[in-house]
Amino acid sequence: MAYELISGCQAAALAAQRAGVDLVAAYPITPQTAIVETLASFEAQGELKGEFVSVESEYSALSYCNGAVAAGARVFTATSSHGLAYMHEMTQWCSGARFPIVMVNVNRTVGAPWVLDPDQGDSLSQRDTGWMQIYCANAQEVFDITLQAFLLSEELLLPTMVVFDGFYISHTYEPVDVPEMEQAREFIGPPQFQAQVVPGIQANLHGLSTGEAQLQLVRKRHEDMLRAPEIFADINNRFEKVFGRGYMPVEAVIPEGAKTAFLAAGSTAETVRWFLPELESCGLIQLRMFRPFPKDELGRIVEEHGLDRLIIVDRNCSTGTGGYFAQETRAALYGLNERPVVQDLLLAGGIDLTEDILAGAAQKSPGDGFVDLQWGVELR
Amino acid sequence: MKITDYTMENELMYSGHNACPGCGGALAVRYLTRALGPNLALAITASCWSIIAGAPPLTALKCPILHCPFPSAGAVGSGLRRGLNAKGHYDTTVVVLAGDGGTFDIGLQALSGAAQRNEDYIFICYDNEAYMNTGMQTSSATPFGARTTTRPYPLFKHGQKKDIMRIMAAHGIPYAATASLAFPQDMENKLKKAQEMKGFRFMHVLSPCPPGWGTDSSDTIHLSRLAVFTNFFPLYEIINGEQWRMTYHPEKTRTPLKEYLEAQRRFRQVDEVTIEALQEEVDQDWEGLLKRVSTSNAEK
Ligand SMILES: Cc1ncc(C[n+]2csc(CCOP(=O)(O)OP(=O)(O)O)c2C)c(N)n1
Ligand code: SF4
Ligand SMILES: [Mg+2]
Repeated sequence: MAYELISGCQAAALAAQRAGVDLVAAYPITPQTAIVETLASFEAQGELKGEFVSVESEYSALSYCNGAVAAGARVFTATSSHGLAYMHEMTQWCSGARFPIVMVNVNRTVGAPWVLDPDQGDSLSQRDTGWMQIYCANAQEVFDITLQAFLLSEELLLPTMVVFDGFYISHTYEPVDVPEMEQAREFIGPPQFQAQVVPGIQANLHGLSTGEAQLQLVRKRHEDMLRAPEIFADINNRFEKVFGRGYMPVEAVIPEGAKTAFLAAGSTAETVRWFLPELESCGLIQLRMFRPFPKDELGRIVEEHGLDRLIIVDRNCSTGTGGYFAQETRAALYGLNERPVVQDLLLAGGIDLTEDILAGAAQKSPGDGFVDLQWGVELR
Repeated sequence: MKITDYTMENELMYSGHNACPGCGGALAVRYLTRALGPNLALAITASCWSIIAGAPPLTALKCPILHCPFPSAGAVGSGLRRGLNAKGHYDTTVVVLAGDGGTFDIGLQALSGAAQRNEDYIFICYDNEAYMNTGMQTSSATPFGARTTTRPYPLFKHGQKKDIMRIMAAHGIPYAATASLAFPQDMENKLKKAQEMKGFRFMHVLSPCPPGWGTDSSDTIHLSRLAVFTNFFPLYEIINGEQWRMTYHPEKTRTPLKEYLEAQRRFRQVDEVTIEALQEEVDQDWEGLLKRVSTSNAEK
């Protein structure tokens, strides 16, 4: 064990370095910048196996990865907010092309106006682009899951977005167990996927297709992605054997007898976990995987504990509907015989999640004037 | 080289592709794959060539083609080059193919970024002077006087064609050249020369488009030649952004621009006064070019 006091951004950069990436193409944006700078400094010190390229835009960063991964290279990029929005055409192209790209997105509000706080709408609004999305709750998860993401992506031939909150995680220094280079490399191994562009082999890659053929591709991509929870669990079993820790797509901490649970993704999960002792008979469901949505796993947790109320912490808002996580949770649990009440706690923009807010949200119950959407700001 | 020296052996392009008859863009790729092949990898951005290449698993070319989104070509080519290097394929020539839209307009940012970083590949712009894939809309490569579906009759394009060669030269890239389908040997020489070099190399090929230009499919070569003879599209190369060199001087073949314009229906609304103004423009551009050539000769 080699604990280092590092930020979430450094943890992400270290994971890409340990993964032995062939190529990093990236563009800076607050609060992701330290990832780019850290990788650049690795290259400067001769500590990066592959090449680091400073490109002229996020669109080009992902396009660059697209070209390199097509040739069979292991690639990495990172972005946030406006950068991710700017990539939108390429995010879809990369999943359609079945490119195993790993990208970190550090959550930040998308303007107008300019806001730096960690609203999750940047990544959540990419939910339909065919990327797997995994939300991390602390810097250790950032390191571990970013490293694992290469295996997940290469197994399923789908891109993975590893997501964590700006500032709360990106800029906070935490002790992180960073495995030695050799140990990490041994775990992850060289790229495990076939190149699409192979010199001398005639291929017309991603050229004009038909709706009929596309239907088959969409179906295949969907069905492949549905295997992600199982493969993620499998990777983590192996990871645990080597490194002594592992993660599940969704995990629960439910005290004996608790019928209410907060559901949170990212740093808010860590915050809820911290306050659990103060919150009378409330539990926590930490959602790591958002795409694919771990519907069955979540349903099992709800049924197993007989939960009758979920309070969803949404640091985001899909205008006109409410929080993304609440929407998805409601849809996922609709088929249960005993459906829990789903309450949405909105922290859109980005205010600190405090004990008062959590206690206030927990107090409101279906019996006493239940509301399905509450603004965190009113509970402070 | 005599015409009889050409054999089909080195052709990397199949017949039966999806281009219109007489498509200059199709011919440009036939020439360039032949000159640069067979160890080639092509990244093709959204353009008529997205269609010409055929519907997979069919293909128009005997080499890997990686299609990519419209604005992305410059960066995809860069990534492809470094990805192939990472896999040890140093000998494969990477070519990016883009239309004028994918070069002059929406692709300019990624192109400029790649050129400035001196990425190691060849960028080919086949310029048919409009967005042809979507049906002939104005691009910044559309010449003054041409009518398009976004400048329909009696309107026509105002404003000059963007001088992409000077933009590329300003990046100081190792090699940039213009090429004409009527001068295949010149084109081949330039491509071979480019292939020998390292770093970012750029070629601008004027590519007549019969349906877009309102010309007969059998006139593509004739028009390509006229474009050179009228000085509308001179043939030259630029080394390191500073050494300008003519590769064809239309001293004896010099033709009035009018002849070139009148051969195309897209210019039919242009009146005599405008033709004269356009001729003046072309003359001025030509003088400017000669000046750059002679200055760089003097500097040598
Ligand atoms: C972002 C984006 N905008 C618009 C389009 C639609 N589109 C496809 S090809 C094209 C025009 C291409 O023009 P050009 O680059 O000159 O190539 P040409 O079709 O003339 O060969 C357009 C507008 C697109 N594919 N992507
Ligand atoms: S529209 Fe023009 S450029 Fe496009 S395929 Fe036809 S001739 Fe070629
Ligand atoms: Mg065009």
